Amino acid sequence: MDDDSKRAHHDMGGVPKYMCEAVDIEPHALTAFDREVDALRGVLGAKAIMTVDELRRGIEAIPEDEYHRLSYYRRWIRSVADSLLRKGIITEPELRAALEAK
Amino acid sequence: MNILETDGEALLRAVRTLLAEKHIVTDAEVAERLASTDRASPGQGARMVARAWTDAGYRALMLEDGAKAAEAMDIPMRGMPPLGVLQNTDEVHNLIVCTLCSCYPRAVLGYPPFWYKSAAYRSRAVRDPRGLLAEFKTTLPESVKIKVVDSTADYRWMVLPKRPAGTEGWSVEQLASIVREGDMVGVTVPSV
Amino acid sequence: MNFSSGETVIVKDDWPETRGPVHIRTPHYVRGHTGRVVRYLGDYPNPEDLAFARPAAKRALYHVTFPMRELWPEGKAADELVVEIYEHWLERP
Repeated sequence: MDDDSKRAHHDMGGVPKYMCEAVDIEPHALTAFDREVDALRGVLGAKAIMTVDELRRGIEAIPEDEYHRLSYYRRWIRSVADSLLRKGIITEPELRAALEAK
Repeated sequence: MNILETDGEALLRAVRTLLAEKHIVTDAEVAERLASTDRASPGQGARMVARAWTDAGYRALMLEDGAKAAEAMDIPMRGMPPLGVLQNTDEVHNLIVCTLCSCYPRAVLGYPPFWYKSAAYRSRAVRDPRGLLAEFKTTLPESVKIKVVDSTADYRWMVLPKRPAGTEGWSVEQLASIVREGDMVGVTVPSV
Repeated sequence: MNFSSGETVIVKDDWPETRGPVHIRTPHYVRGHTGRVVRYLGDYPNPEDLAFARPAAKRALYHVTFPMRELWPEGKAADELVVEIYEHWLERP
């Protein structure tokens, strides 16, 4: 069944281009950034502000090249920010201002 | 430039600042979450496995209702996804994956390993499980059938590995000490 | 629709991703394929709606097993792939 054109890029089971990739079995420690993003999403989930489903959807929406370029938790923070913006919990002007602040 | 394409660390700082200013998420809440996440680890799963190896009633509970079995070991499971436990036998070896993202029994085992979240693992586990196991230096007899479990929805899954030979008479502490994270995902098997 | 343990089911050969933004938890590799229900896993709010912060009706979730050989040309006959699939993705043959 030729379905590769229909498959979403995150839907990776059995996809030929990854089948020859070696698995990096080293235990890469999480950074402080990683843990903090993880905790932030967890708190947002516990407060019913953002579900894990919304997190996943936001990650899946990242264009394929970006998806693979970004680290795991960089995908997460992108999805978290996207969700907060979509819901108007934070606004784009606010976020720009916060990013520009020293 | 799309605002989301900002460097992740800067985005995190900005988002946290805004959420704190709006009293939506406080620093204390994030700190508390970090602490509670740190309490989960493969050691918790290892203790469950060791108990199942020595207590038939607990084993049955673990296979019937993984969350109840975890709670019986004082692992907080309230609000957590249901936990399915799959036992390895002489005939069947289970392997857990999440091809769509990285779903993992975090409440018991803690953060998923780096390799579990990789494109190579997510794609190969469902199609070339023996090749994948070889990456972890695991070889199964040809007669053993592999059951790959793709965590696609609300359940989280862990493996109850087979108790290795040579552990007769061991205490639960000794048994727990040989159960590793990978054994409970199915990429390795415990040995003495 | 209630499926029983042991019942043969076919996963819909549908591709909502080609029609607009969606969030689907039925992996591509089972769509259009035939499997067997292992067991009912409970009712859960539909993630396809939760993902868009829409009201999400509860749907029955099933554990469905597929022989590897059904899914991959090189699959071993004895090996199985077991996937959680929501009822609205399953049909009777």
